[in-house]
Amino acid sequence: MVAQLVRLKLTLLGNTFRRSVWQTIGMALASVYGLGIIVMVVAAAVLGGTTDPVTTGQVLTLAGALVVLGWWVVPLFAYGVDATLDPQRFVTFAIPRRRLLAGLAAAGVVSVPGAVTLLGGLGVSFAWWREPLALLAALAGALVAVALCIVGSRATTTLLAPLLGSRRYREVLAIVAVVPLVLLGPAIGSLTSTFSIGPDSVGEAVEPLARVVAWTPFGAPWALGSAVHDGAWGLLAARLAVVLATLAVLWTVWDRALARALVTPPGGETAGAGKGLGWFSRLPATPTGAVAARSATYWLRDPRYAASIAVVPLLPVVMYVTGVNAGAGTSFLMLLVAPLVAWVLGFGISNDVGYDNTAFALHVAIGVPGRADRWGRALPVLVAGTPIVVAFALVGCAVAERWDALPALLGISAGALTTSVGISSAASARFVYPVPKPGESPFKTPQGATVATMVAQFAAMGLMLALSLPTLVLGIVAIVTGLPAVGWVALAVGIVLGGVVLVGGVRWGARTVDRRRPELLQQVMAFR
Amino acid sequence: MTDPAAPPPPPDLSAALSLRGLWKRFGEKIAVAGVDLDVPSGSFFGLVGPNGAGKTTSLSMATGLLRPDFGAAHVLGTDLWAHPDEAKAMLGVLPDGVRLFDRLTGAQLLTYAGLLRGMDRDVVAERTADLLAAMDLVGDADTFVVDYSAGMTKKIALASAMIHAPRVLVLDEPFEAVDPVSAANIRDILRGYVDGGGTVVVSSHVMDLVQRMCSHVAVIAGGHVLAAGTVDQVRGEQSLEDRFVELVGGRRESEGLSWLRSSSASS
Repeated sequence: MVAQLVRLKLTLLGNTFRRSVWQTIGMALASVYGLGIIVMVVAAAVLGGTTDPVTTGQVLTLAGALVVLGWWVVPLFAYGVDATLDPQRFVTFAIPRRRLLAGLAAAGVVSVPGAVTLLGGLGVSFAWWREPLALLAALAGALVAVALCIVGSRATTTLLAPLLGSRRYREVLAIVAVVPLVLLGPAIGSLTSTFSIGPDSVGEAVEPLARVVAWTPFGAPWALGSAVHDGAWGLLAARLAVVLATLAVLWTVWDRALARALVTPPGGETAGAGKGLGWFSRLPATPTGAVAARSATYWLRDPRYAASIAVVPLLPVVMYVTGVNAGAGTSFLMLLVAPLVAWVLGFGISNDVGYDNTAFALHVAIGVPGRADRWGRALPVLVAGTPIVVAFALVGCAVAERWDALPALLGISAGALTTSVGISSAASARFVYPVPKPGESPFKTPQGATVATMVAQFAAMGLMLALSLPTLVLGIVAIVTGLPAVGWVALAVGIVLGGVVLVGGVRWGARTVDRRRPELLQQVMAFR
Repeated sequence: MTDPAAPPPPPDLSAALSLRGLWKRFGEKIAVAGVDLDVPSGSFFGLVGPNGAGKTTSLSMATGLLRPDFGAAHVLGTDLWAHPDEAKAMLGVLPDGVRLFDRLTGAQLLTYAGLLRGMDRDVVAERTADLLAAMDLVGDADTFVVDYSAGMTKKIALASAMIHAPRVLVLDEPFEAVDPVSAANIRDILRGYVDGGGTVVVSSHVMDLVQRMCSHVAVIAGGHVLAAGTVDQVRGEQSLEDRFVELVGGRRESEGLSWLRSSSASS
């Protein structure tokens, strides 16, 4: 069983490499990148272990604990990201549970994150290369740590599978997960700026934390090497006991949860309900109004759109923290928020047909006029985006205490919103690339969406930047020099130029939709 | 059947649907290789064929969802690919294997389909209520379509294909996953629609259903139309199922899977 499941996993992994040329290139690049990171981390650990083994051991304990924690928690948010060995798929086979369990555990290592954790864990153990006994303990610790990672992640996902099976729970979780992801960067930034004084202060800050974490199941396996180094054999035994006990508990939990999952078919949740017709009764009864009502409903109800809305209120926080960390320049970064939000909102519809997926067939069967299709998708973003962007511009000027910059900032923001909506309307009529399908996690990387996706996105972004350049230059000149007249010119140019790009982009997009509706449908059909 | 070198006859402009020389190739595979078909106006037309015969591809090209490599499709005399807007206004389409805008409720989805057709708000509201009642979905009008069962999804998709009172309904596998009671109700609706002068084209691989329900039938396999006409013409003295198997072939006359018969518990 173990050999069969490992072979199955290897085959699946190999197939992802072979699916298309782009995918192969993307996977190869990702592998090189991943290996590079492992090499760097291992080199840092060996170097640290040579000069200051005590502190290095403590840092490794903390970092390792984060890795284990990540293995346990991340799969809960990124549901369905790797469902190749979903226990539900083995329900119809008569496989004894013990053998299935062992097979699934072994196959868990055969994945990109599994391999990275295993290689990295074994690699950093060589921080103890001067002391063979400590090295041996660390290597053993790394192995059980990987086991903890895999068994732990399987235990949590299998245990919570009934909850994760509920559509609404998953969708709320997916949107909530955006918050820590967005705040991760600034959090790390402020942590490093707090501890960035020198090796001594790192040791001081890490030491008490590491001592506690080494007793938790997350940190204990990574602290075995340190215990040997200190000659604390009692400590070694205690930590080993913590690790093995945790492993035993997790194994039992997983075993029980799997036993239940194998006899409980999925499904049976209560259906969600809306009230009345919503936007459809409030917007004009025309094709354009109908498309707008549908888009507005989706922005609020589809996690793939709602996740990008959830980011918007966080952007000022990110900018503020980043500015504080960097020391100077807080005011400047706050002025960036409004154009950035405008741009994020406008870019949100740059692959709208891809987001529709094959539901777009309704538009094709009816022959919805391209004008109605394009304006219907653009208007909700423009109407909802304008007050948001103006509000962020006002807040930005207030925090930066640069009220003189308001006209220029409004010009840049208005230009960013209209230009990005215009280019998106044109781009989404011509380029369709795979995105998470309706109902899938917003974080799932869809098949075939690698380099080709990036090329299309970069082309659209480059075009947006080029067309915003006049407004951008005028606006920056106005903000830097503080000349009010230039600011007003920037406002006028932003609105006029942006308006031209908007109308031009939507019209070109509308003509393209009218011409190649069936071809667009064929493209999204191919994503299935 | 016919001489492939002979040019196809001109399209029948009085027919509800008239296909001439439709070709479609996907990469290496030729899915549809020259389909000629006339669906008489006012008929209840069944399109039958084995899996992968080209039924869905043909119907997609006949309804404007897929551009043919060659050939033409006329809807009540209007060239679909030359004047798509006029032709599509007369068509109601239920495609197979596509998603719906399933974050909308059932009532919202019907309203959306109606408003996209440029219909009046009051008419849309009235017909939405009627269709929900006819499909037995009144209780689920405010449920999101994503939470519908497969059969309910099929029914709401069928309803959204009918909201603009089309003159020709093209339904790809309309009874798949639909429970027997709902299927009977849908058949009644469709029969009433045909009696009122409408034309229905359904694809199916349930021969018995087609024989009982349809006035006309076409057998399609390997991207070709093998036989077409009234059900009685096509089946002759046989049942439609036997005639179908005879036309399409592929029945295995072997002893096969002998180990499956005994109750011996060997694996």
